[in-house]
Amino acid sequence: MRRFLLSAALVIFSFIMQSTVFKELEFGGIVPNLMIVLTASFGFMRGEKTGLIIGFFCGLLVDIFFGGVLGLYAMIYMYIGYLNGKFNGIFYPEDIKLPLGLILGSDLLYGMLCYITMFLLRGRFHFSYYFLNIILPEMVYTILVTLFLYPAILWINRKLEDKEQRSARKFV
Amino acid sequence: MSPIVKRKGEKFTLPGKYLLFILTILCTGLIVLTFHTDILSAPASTIGGFFVTPLQEGISKAGSWMHTRSEELVQIRSLLKENEELKAQIDELTMENIRLQQDRYELTNLRELYELDAQYDEYDKVGARIIAKDTGNWFHSFVIDKGYDDGLAIDMNVMAGSGLVGRITDVGPNWAKVMSIIADNSNTSGMVLSTSDNLIVSGDLELYAEGVISFEKLVDSADRVVEGDKIVTSNVSDKYLPGILIGYISSINVDSNNLTKSGLITPAVDFEHLEEVLVVTQLKQTVGDS
Repeated sequence: MRRFLLSAALVIFSFIMQSTVFKELEFGGIVPNLMIVLTASFGFMRGEKTGLIIGFFCGLLVDIFFGGVLGLYAMIYMYIGYLNGKFNGIFYPEDIKLPLGLILGSDLLYGMLCYITMFLLRGRFHFSYYFLNIILPEMVYTILVTLFLYPAILWINRKLEDKEQRSARKFV
Repeated sequence: MSPIVKRKGEKFTLPGKYLLFILTILCTGLIVLTFHTDILSAPASTIGGFFVTPLQEGISKAGSWMHTRSEELVQIRSLLKENEELKAQIDELTMENIRLQQDRYELTNLRELYELDAQYDEYDKVGARIIAKDTGNWFHSFVIDKGYDDGLAIDMNVMAGSGLVGRITDVGPNWAKVMSIIADNSNTSGMVLSTSDNLIVSGDLELYAEGVISFEKLVDSADRVVEGDKIVTSNVSDKYLPGILIGYISSINVDSNNLTKSGLITPAVDFEHLEEVLVVTQLKQTVGDS
Protein backbone atom coordinates (compact mmCIF):
# COMPACT_ATOMS: atom_id res chain seq x y z
CA MET A 1 0.00 0.00 0.00
CA ARG A 2 2.81 2.36 0.95
CA ARG A 3 4.61 1.46 -2.27
CA PHE A 4 1.45 2.07 -4.29
CA LEU A 5 0.87 5.51 -2.82
CA LEU A 6 4.49 6.51 -3.21
CA SER A 7 4.62 5.33 -6.82
CA ALA A 8 1.46 7.27 -7.65
CA ALA A 9 2.91 10.35 -5.99
CA LEU A 10 6.16 9.98 -7.96
CA VAL A 11 4.32 9.65 -11.26
CA ILE A 12 2.19 12.73 -10.64
CA PHE A 13 5.17 14.64 -9.27
CA SER A 14 7.35 14.01 -12.29
CA PHE A 15 4.50 14.82 -14.68
CA ILE A 16 3.81 18.12 -12.98
CA MET A 17 7.47 19.04 -12.71
CA GLN A 18 7.98 18.32 -16.37
CA SER A 19 4.98 20.25 -17.60
CA THR A 20 5.72 23.30 -15.45
CA VAL A 21 9.14 23.90 -13.93
CA PHE A 22 11.27 22.03 -16.46
CA LYS A 23 9.36 23.56 -19.33
CA GLU A 24 10.55 26.94 -18.09
CA LEU A 25 14.15 25.76 -17.69
CA GLU A 26 14.48 24.55 -21.25
CA PHE A 27 17.68 24.86 -23.27
CA GLY A 28 17.06 25.72 -26.89
CA GLY A 29 13.46 24.60 -26.71
CA ILE A 30 14.32 21.11 -25.45
CA VAL A 31 13.11 19.67 -22.15
CA PRO A 32 14.41 16.52 -20.46
CA ASN A 33 12.10 13.56 -20.11
CA LEU A 34 11.60 12.89 -16.41
CA MET A 35 8.92 10.31 -16.95
CA ILE A 36 11.22 8.14 -19.06
CA VAL A 37 13.76 8.24 -16.21
CA LEU A 38 11.07 7.21 -13.74
CA THR A 39 9.58 4.48 -15.93
CA ALA A 40 12.95 3.00 -16.87
CA SER A 41 14.26 3.11 -13.29
CA PHE A 42 11.24 1.34 -11.89
CA GLY A 43 11.49 -1.14 -14.74
CA PHE A 44 15.02 -2.32 -14.02
CA MET A 45 14.79 -1.88 -10.25
CA ARG A 46 11.49 -3.67 -9.68
CA GLY A 47 10.90 -5.83 -12.73
CA GLU A 48 8.72 -5.97 -15.82
CA LYS A 49 5.36 -5.64 -14.14
CA THR A 50 6.10 -2.55 -12.09
CA GLY A 51 7.83 -1.01 -15.07
CA LEU A 52 4.92 -1.49 -17.38
CA ILE A 53 2.34 -0.28 -14.86
CA ILE A 54 4.32 2.87 -14.03
CA GLY A 55 4.89 3.45 -17.73
CA PHE A 56 1.22 2.99 -18.51
CA PHE A 57 0.11 5.60 -15.99
CA CYS A 58 2.85 8.08 -16.95
CA GLY A 59 1.78 7.78 -20.56
CA LEU A 60 -1.90 8.01 -19.71
CA LEU A 61 -1.34 11.33 -17.93
CA VAL A 62 0.46 12.69 -20.98
CA ASP A 63 -2.35 11.38 -23.18
CA ILE A 64 -5.07 13.06 -21.16
CA PHE A 65 -3.41 16.44 -21.13
CA PHE A 66 -1.38 16.63 -24.31
CA GLY A 67 -2.06 13.64 -26.52
CA GLY A 68 -4.06 13.70 -29.71
CA VAL A 69 -5.58 10.31 -28.99
CA LEU A 70 -5.94 8.44 -25.72
CA GLY A 71 -3.59 5.48 -25.31
CA LEU A 72 -0.70 6.14 -27.70
CA TYR A 73 1.77 7.59 -25.20
CA ALA A 74 0.50 5.08 -22.64
CA MET A 75 1.49 2.26 -24.99
CA ILE A 76 4.92 3.74 -25.77
CA TYR A 77 5.79 4.31 -22.11
CA MET A 78 4.38 0.92 -21.13
CA TYR A 79 6.59 -0.97 -23.58
CA ILE A 80 9.64 0.99 -22.45
CA GLY A 81 8.91 0.08 -18.83
CA TYR A 82 8.41 -3.55 -19.77
CA LEU A 83 11.63 -3.80 -21.80
CA ASN A 84 13.60 -2.22 -18.96
CA GLY A 85 12.15 -4.83 -16.65
CA LYS A 86 13.96 -7.48 -18.70
CA PHE A 87 17.21 -6.14 -17.28
CA ASN A 88 16.10 -6.56 -13.68
CA GLY A 89 18.18 -9.74 -13.37
CA ILE A 90 21.50 -8.03 -14.06
CA PHE A 91 20.78 -4.85 -12.09
CA TYR A 92 22.91 -4.05 -9.05
CA PRO A 93 22.29 -0.84 -7.10
CA GLU A 94 26.04 -0.11 -6.82
CA ASP A 95 26.54 -0.03 -10.58
CA ILE A 96 25.60 3.22 -12.31
CA LYS A 97 26.65 2.27 -15.85
CA LEU A 98 23.74 -0.05 -16.60
CA PRO A 99 21.03 2.40 -15.41
CA LEU A 100 22.57 5.27 -17.39
CA GLY A 101 22.85 3.12 -20.49
CA LEU A 102 19.30 1.85 -20.13
CA ILE A 103 17.82 5.30 -19.58
CA LEU A 104 19.74 6.62 -22.59
CA GLY A 105 18.48 3.71 -24.67
CA SER A 106 14.93 4.19 -23.41
CA ASP A 107 14.93 7.85 -24.36
CA LEU A 108 16.28 6.99 -27.80
CA LEU A 109 13.55 4.38 -28.22
CA TYR A 110 10.96 6.89 -27.01
CA GLY A 111 12.16 9.46 -29.52
CA MET A 112 12.13 6.93 -32.33
CA LEU A 113 8.65 5.69 -31.50
CA CYS A 114 7.34 9.25 -31.25
CA TYR A 115 8.88 10.09 -34.61
CA ILE A 116 7.52 6.97 -36.28
CA THR A 117 3.99 7.13 -34.89
CA MET A 118 3.42 10.87 -35.00
CA PHE A 119 5.66 12.23 -37.75
CA LEU A 120 6.65 9.51 -40.21
CA LEU A 121 3.04 8.42 -40.54
CA ARG A 122 2.10 11.98 -41.49
CA GLY A 123 4.69 12.05 -44.25
CA ARG A 124 7.53 13.91 -42.49
CA PHE A 125 10.51 12.01 -43.88
CA HIS A 126 13.31 14.34 -42.84
CA PHE A 127 14.56 11.97 -40.16
CA SER A 128 18.08 13.35 -39.79
CA TYR A 129 16.71 16.76 -38.85
CA TYR A 130 14.43 15.37 -36.17
CA PHE A 131 17.15 13.10 -34.87
CA LEU A 132 19.77 15.83 -34.55
CA ASN A 133 17.47 18.57 -33.31
CA ILE A 134 14.94 16.81 -31.12
CA ILE A 135 15.89 13.26 -30.19
CA LEU A 136 19.62 13.73 -29.56
CA PRO A 137 19.41 16.95 -27.48
CA GLU A 138 16.62 15.42 -25.43
CA MET A 139 18.79 12.35 -24.73
CA VAL A 140 21.72 14.49 -23.61
CA TYR A 141 19.56 16.65 -21.39
CA THR A 142 17.73 13.66 -19.96
CA ILE A 143 20.97 11.92 -19.03
CA LEU A 144 22.16 15.09 -17.29
CA VAL A 145 18.98 15.19 -15.22
CA THR A 146 19.28 11.46 -14.56
CA LEU A 147 22.58 12.02 -12.75
CA PHE A 148 20.65 13.95 -10.10
CA LEU A 149 17.29 12.24 -10.23
CA TYR A 150 18.40 8.61 -10.34
CA PRO A 151 20.13 8.57 -6.92
CA ALA A 152 16.93 9.98 -5.42
CA ILE A 153 14.79 7.25 -6.98
CA LEU A 154 17.32 4.63 -5.89
CA TRP A 155 17.26 5.97 -2.35
CA ILE A 156 13.46 5.91 -2.20
CA ASN A 157 13.40 2.38 -3.52
CA ARG A 158 15.99 1.19 -1.00
CA LYS A 159 14.09 2.76 1.91
CA LEU A 160 10.93 1.03 0.75
CA GLU A 161 12.64 -2.32 0.42
CA ASP A 162 14.12 -1.98 3.90
CA LYS A 163 10.71 -1.20 5.36
CA GLU A 164 9.08 -4.10 3.55
CA GLN A 165 11.73 -6.55 4.68
CA ARG A 166 11.47 -5.39 8.27
CA SER A 167 7.71 -5.77 8.36
CA ALA A 168 7.99 -9.19 6.69
CA ARG A 169 10.45 -10.32 9.37
CA LYS A 170 8.17 -9.02 12.08
CA PHE A 171 5.34 -11.04 10.62
CA VAL A 172 7.37 -14.26 10.73
CA MET B 1 1.77 -25.34 -14.24
CA SER B 2 -0.12 -22.68 -16.09
CA PRO B 3 0.29 -19.30 -14.42
CA ILE B 4 -3.38 -18.52 -14.86
CA VAL B 5 -4.76 -21.52 -12.97
CA LYS B 6 -5.02 -20.74 -9.30
CA ARG B 7 -3.74 -23.32 -6.91
CA LYS B 8 -5.23 -23.50 -3.46
CA GLY B 9 -3.41 -21.34 -0.96
CA GLU B 10 -1.19 -19.80 -3.58
CA LYS B 11 -1.47 -16.05 -3.96
CA PHE B 12 -2.80 -15.18 -7.39
CA THR B 13 -0.41 -13.12 -9.49
CA LEU B 14 -0.67 -12.17 -13.12
CA PRO B 15 2.66 -12.49 -14.94
CA GLY B 16 4.05 -9.39 -16.60
CA LYS B 17 3.63 -10.55 -20.17
CA TYR B 18 -0.07 -11.23 -19.75
CA LEU B 19 -0.58 -7.82 -18.18
CA LEU B 20 1.39 -6.28 -21.05
CA PHE B 21 -0.83 -8.09 -23.51
CA ILE B 22 -4.03 -6.98 -21.83
CA LEU B 23 -2.92 -3.36 -21.54
CA THR B 24 -1.72 -3.33 -25.16
CA ILE B 25 -5.18 -4.37 -26.28
CA LEU B 26 -6.68 -1.75 -23.98
CA CYS B 27 -4.44 0.95 -25.43
CA THR B 28 -5.13 -0.08 -29.01
CA GLY B 29 -8.82 -0.02 -28.24
CA LEU B 30 -8.54 3.44 -26.73
CA ILE B 31 -6.57 4.76 -29.70
CA VAL B 32 -9.15 3.43 -32.15
CA LEU B 33 -12.00 4.71 -30.00
CA THR B 34 -10.62 8.20 -29.50
CA PHE B 35 -9.24 8.71 -32.99
CA HIS B 36 -12.53 9.97 -34.36
CA THR B 37 -14.82 10.26 -31.36
CA ASP B 38 -14.43 11.98 -28.03
CA ILE B 39 -16.55 9.74 -25.84
CA LEU B 40 -13.83 9.26 -23.27
CA SER B 41 -12.52 12.78 -23.11
CA ALA B 42 -15.11 13.91 -20.56
CA PRO B 43 -14.35 11.36 -17.81
CA ALA B 44 -10.61 11.43 -18.50
CA SER B 45 -10.44 15.19 -18.37
CA THR B 46 -12.48 15.32 -15.17
CA ILE B 47 -10.08 12.94 -13.46
CA GLY B 48 -7.11 14.89 -14.76
CA GLY B 49 -8.59 18.16 -13.64
CA PHE B 50 -9.29 16.79 -10.19
CA PHE B 51 -5.82 15.40 -9.48
CA VAL B 52 -3.37 17.40 -11.46
CA THR B 53 -4.54 20.89 -12.40
CA PRO B 54 -4.59 22.42 -8.88
CA LEU B 55 -0.98 21.29 -8.34
CA GLN B 56 0.15 22.49 -11.74
CA GLU B 57 -1.24 25.92 -11.07
CA GLY B 58 0.90 26.49 -8.01
CA ILE B 59 4.09 24.93 -9.30
CA SER B 60 3.78 26.68 -12.62
CA LYS B 61 3.91 29.98 -10.78
CA ALA B 62 7.09 28.88 -9.01
CA GLY B 63 8.57 27.77 -12.32
CA SER B 64 7.89 31.03 -14.08
CA TRP B 65 9.31 32.91 -11.11
CA MET B 66 12.59 31.01 -11.46
CA HIS B 67 12.52 31.56 -15.18
CA THR B 68 12.08 35.30 -14.77
CA ARG B 69 14.93 35.50 -12.25
CA SER B 70 17.34 33.64 -14.49
CA GLU B 71 16.36 35.76 -17.47
CA GLU B 72 16.87 38.94 -15.44
CA LEU B 73 20.48 38.07 -14.71
CA VAL B 74 21.21 37.37 -18.35
CA GLN B 75 19.51 40.48 -19.54
CA ILE B 76 20.94 43.19 -17.28
CA ARG B 77 24.09 43.63 -19.35
CA SER B 78 22.35 43.78 -22.67
CA LEU B 79 19.70 46.04 -21.20
CA LEU B 80 22.19 48.80 -20.42
CA LYS B 81 23.36 48.88 -24.00
CA GLU B 82 19.87 48.61 -25.28
CA ASN B 83 18.79 51.53 -23.13
CA GLU B 84 21.05 53.97 -24.96
CA GLU B 85 19.93 52.76 -28.33
CA LEU B 86 16.35 53.02 -27.30
CA LYS B 87 16.68 56.58 -26.13
CA ALA B 88 17.89 57.55 -29.58
CA GLN B 89 15.00 55.66 -31.03
CA ILE B 90 12.46 57.48 -28.89
CA ASP B 91 13.16 60.78 -30.62
CA GLU B 92 12.82 59.15 -33.97
CA LEU B 93 9.61 57.44 -32.99
CA THR B 94 8.03 60.53 -31.49
CA MET B 95 8.25 62.17 -34.86
CA GLU B 96 6.81 59.14 -36.53
CA ASN B 97 4.10 58.87 -33.93
CA ILE B 98 2.80 62.31 -34.67
CA ARG B 99 2.63 61.48 -38.32
CA LEU B 100 0.87 58.18 -37.61
CA GLN B 101 -1.65 59.80 -35.33
CA GLN B 102 -2.69 61.99 -38.17
CA ASP B 103 -3.01 58.95 -40.36
CA ARG B 104 -5.03 57.19 -37.73
CA TYR B 105 -7.41 60.08 -37.40
CA GLU B 106 -8.03 59.80 -41.08
CA LEU B 107 -8.46 56.06 -40.85
CA THR B 108 -11.01 56.28 -38.08
CA ASN B 109 -13.01 58.71 -40.12
CA LEU B 110 -12.89 56.44 -43.11
CA ARG B 111 -13.89 53.42 -41.04
CA GLU B 112 -16.90 55.23 -39.70
CA LEU B 113 -17.72 56.18 -43.20
CA TYR B 114 -17.70 52.62 -44.41
CA GLU B 115 -19.07 51.20 -41.16
CA LEU B 116 -16.07 48.93 -41.07
CA ASP B 117 -15.78 48.72 -37.33
CA ALA B 118 -12.82 46.65 -36.21
CA GLN B 119 -14.17 43.15 -35.97
CA TYR B 120 -12.09 42.01 -33.05
CA ASP B 121 -13.75 44.37 -30.63
CA GLU B 122 -17.04 42.61 -31.12
CA TYR B 123 -15.78 39.27 -29.87
CA ASP B 124 -16.27 38.55 -26.17
CA LYS B 125 -13.01 37.45 -24.64
CA VAL B 126 -12.01 35.75 -21.40
CA GLY B 127 -8.49 35.96 -20.00
CA ALA B 128 -6.77 32.75 -18.89
CA ARG B 129 -3.36 31.83 -17.56
CA ILE B 130 -1.15 29.07 -18.96
CA ILE B 131 -0.44 26.53 -16.24
CA ALA B 132 1.31 23.69 -18.07
CA LYS B 133 3.03 23.05 -21.36
CA ASP B 134 3.43 19.92 -23.44
CA THR B 135 5.81 17.50 -21.69
CA GLY B 136 7.48 16.35 -24.88
CA ASN B 137 9.53 18.16 -27.46
CA TRP B 138 7.44 17.23 -30.47
CA PHE B 139 4.30 19.37 -30.26
CA HIS B 140 3.37 22.71 -28.77
CA SER B 141 0.14 22.46 -26.90
CA PHE B 142 -0.51 23.84 -23.45
CA VAL B 143 -3.08 23.84 -20.66
CA ILE B 144 -4.90 26.94 -19.39
CA ASP B 145 -6.58 27.39 -16.02
CA LYS B 146 -10.20 27.76 -17.19
CA GLY B 147 -12.61 25.10 -18.37
CA TYR B 148 -16.28 24.49 -19.07
CA ASP B 149 -17.16 25.84 -15.63
CA ASP B 150 -16.04 29.20 -16.98
CA GLY B 151 -18.01 28.80 -20.18
CA LEU B 152 -15.26 27.52 -22.44
CA ALA B 153 -15.91 24.87 -25.09
CA ILE B 154 -13.98 22.87 -27.65
CA ASP B 155 -12.98 24.79 -30.80
CA MET B 156 -13.06 28.21 -29.19
CA ASN B 157 -10.32 30.44 -30.56
CA VAL B 158 -7.43 31.53 -28.39
CA MET B 159 -5.59 34.80 -28.90
CA ALA B 160 -2.75 36.66 -27.23
CA GLY B 161 -2.49 40.37 -27.69
CA SER B 162 -3.70 40.92 -31.21
CA GLY B 163 -2.67 37.61 -32.79
CA LEU B 164 -4.03 34.11 -33.05
CA VAL B 165 -2.54 31.48 -30.74
CA GLY B 166 -4.66 28.44 -31.53
CA ARG B 167 -7.86 26.78 -30.50
CA ILE B 168 -9.17 24.67 -27.64
CA THR B 169 -9.06 20.97 -28.44
CA ASP B 170 -10.05 19.49 -25.11
CA VAL B 171 -11.86 20.91 -22.13
CA GLY B 172 -12.22 19.85 -18.48
CA PRO B 173 -14.09 21.45 -15.58
CA ASN B 174 -11.26 23.81 -14.65
CA TRP B 175 -8.77 23.41 -17.48
CA ALA B 176 -8.61 23.38 -21.25
CA LYS B 177 -6.02 22.16 -23.71
CA VAL B 178 -4.99 24.57 -26.42
CA MET B 179 -3.37 23.43 -29.65
CA SER B 180 -1.22 26.25 -30.99
CA ILE B 181 -1.02 27.13 -34.68
CA ILE B 182 2.74 26.52 -34.64
CA ALA B 183 2.34 22.85 -33.65
CA ASP B 184 3.41 20.43 -36.33
CA ASN B 185 -0.04 18.85 -36.59
CA SER B 186 -1.91 22.13 -36.95
CA ASN B 187 -3.36 23.49 -40.18
CA THR B 188 -5.21 26.78 -40.32
CA SER B 189 -7.14 28.27 -43.18
CA GLY B 190 -5.97 31.83 -43.66
CA MET B 191 -6.19 34.62 -46.16
CA VAL B 192 -4.09 37.54 -47.28
CA LEU B 193 -5.71 40.65 -45.87
CA SER B 194 -4.94 42.91 -48.80
CA THR B 195 -6.05 40.62 -51.64
CA SER B 196 -8.37 38.12 -49.88
CA ASP B 197 -6.51 35.17 -51.41
CA ASN B 198 -6.92 32.01 -49.38
CA LEU B 199 -4.02 29.90 -48.19
CA ILE B 200 -3.24 27.14 -45.72
CA VAL B 201 -1.04 27.95 -42.73
CA SER B 202 0.64 24.94 -41.17
CA GLY B 203 2.97 24.62 -38.22
CA ASP B 204 6.25 22.85 -38.82
CA LEU B 205 8.65 21.49 -36.21
CA GLU B 206 11.59 21.95 -38.58
CA LEU B 207 10.91 25.67 -38.80
CA TYR B 208 10.15 26.12 -35.12
CA ALA B 209 13.70 27.07 -34.16
CA GLU B 210 13.63 29.91 -36.68
CA GLY B 211 10.39 31.24 -35.20
CA VAL B 212 8.39 30.99 -38.40
CA ILE B 213 5.55 28.84 -39.74
CA SER B 214 4.90 27.85 -43.31
CA PHE B 215 2.03 28.52 -45.65
CA GLU B 216 1.07 26.84 -48.89
CA LYS B 217 -1.60 26.60 -51.59
CA LEU B 218 -1.72 30.32 -52.20
CA VAL B 219 -3.19 31.02 -55.61
CA ASP B 220 -1.89 34.40 -56.71
CA SER B 221 -1.54 34.48 -60.45
CA ALA B 222 -1.54 38.27 -60.54
CA ASP B 223 1.54 38.43 -58.24
CA ARG B 224 -0.14 40.89 -55.95
CA VAL B 225 0.89 39.26 -52.67
CA VAL B 226 4.24 40.52 -51.41
CA GLU B 227 6.45 39.99 -48.39
CA GLY B 228 5.16 41.79 -45.33
CA ASP B 229 1.51 41.27 -46.18
CA LYS B 230 -0.80 40.54 -43.28
CA ILE B 231 -2.29 37.06 -43.00
CA VAL B 232 -5.58 36.74 -41.13
CA THR B 233 -7.91 33.81 -40.52
CA SER B 234 -10.18 33.26 -43.48
CA ASN B 235 -13.94 33.42 -43.81
CA VAL B 236 -14.12 29.82 -44.96
CA SER B 237 -12.38 28.27 -41.94
CA ASP B 238 -14.76 26.06 -39.99
CA LYS B 239 -13.00 26.50 -36.65
CA TYR B 240 -11.57 30.00 -36.66
CA LEU B 241 -13.50 33.24 -36.59
CA PRO B 242 -12.67 35.46 -39.57
CA GLY B 243 -10.20 38.32 -39.48
CA ILE B 244 -7.92 37.34 -36.60
CA LEU B 245 -4.30 38.23 -37.31
CA ILE B 246 -2.01 35.22 -37.79
CA GLY B 247 1.20 36.94 -38.87
CA TYR B 248 3.13 38.52 -41.70
CA ILE B 249 4.59 36.92 -44.80
CA SER B 250 8.37 36.80 -44.45
CA SER B 251 9.23 34.96 -47.64
CA ILE B 252 7.32 33.73 -50.63
CA ASN B 253 8.18 31.47 -53.55
CA VAL B 254 6.42 29.81 -56.46
CA ASP B 255 5.78 26.08 -56.17
CA SER B 256 7.13 23.68 -58.74
CA ASN B 257 3.64 23.31 -60.22
CA ASN B 258 3.74 27.02 -61.22
CA LEU B 259 0.17 27.44 -60.00
CA THR B 260 0.43 27.94 -56.30
CA LYS B 261 2.83 29.68 -53.99
CA SER B 262 4.21 28.76 -50.63
CA GLY B 263 6.50 30.39 -48.13
CA LEU B 264 7.01 31.43 -44.53
CA ILE B 265 5.03 33.51 -42.08
CA THR B 266 6.31 35.26 -38.98
CA PRO B 267 3.59 34.78 -36.35
CA ALA B 268 2.16 37.87 -34.68
CA VAL B 269 2.38 36.21 -31.28
CA ASP B 270 5.59 35.52 -29.37
CA PHE B 271 5.02 31.86 -28.56
CA GLU B 272 8.22 31.56 -26.50
CA HIS B 273 7.00 33.90 -23.81
CA LEU B 274 3.29 33.26 -23.63
CA GLU B 275 1.87 33.51 -20.13
CA GLU B 276 -1.65 34.80 -20.45
CA VAL B 277 -4.03 34.27 -23.33
CA LEU B 278 -7.50 35.47 -24.32
CA VAL B 279 -10.18 32.96 -25.20
CA VAL B 280 -12.87 34.16 -27.59
CA THR B 281 -16.10 32.81 -26.15
CA GLN B 282 -17.86 32.73 -29.44
CA LEU B 283 -17.86 29.79 -31.80
CA LYS B 284 -17.65 29.98 -35.53
CA GLN B 285 -21.00 29.31 -37.14
CA THR B 286 -20.87 26.15 -39.20
CA VAL B 287 -23.17 24.71 -41.82
CA GLY B 288 -24.99 22.50 -39.32
CA ASP B 289 -25.89 25.39 -37.03
CA SER B 290 -28.93 27.45 -37.68
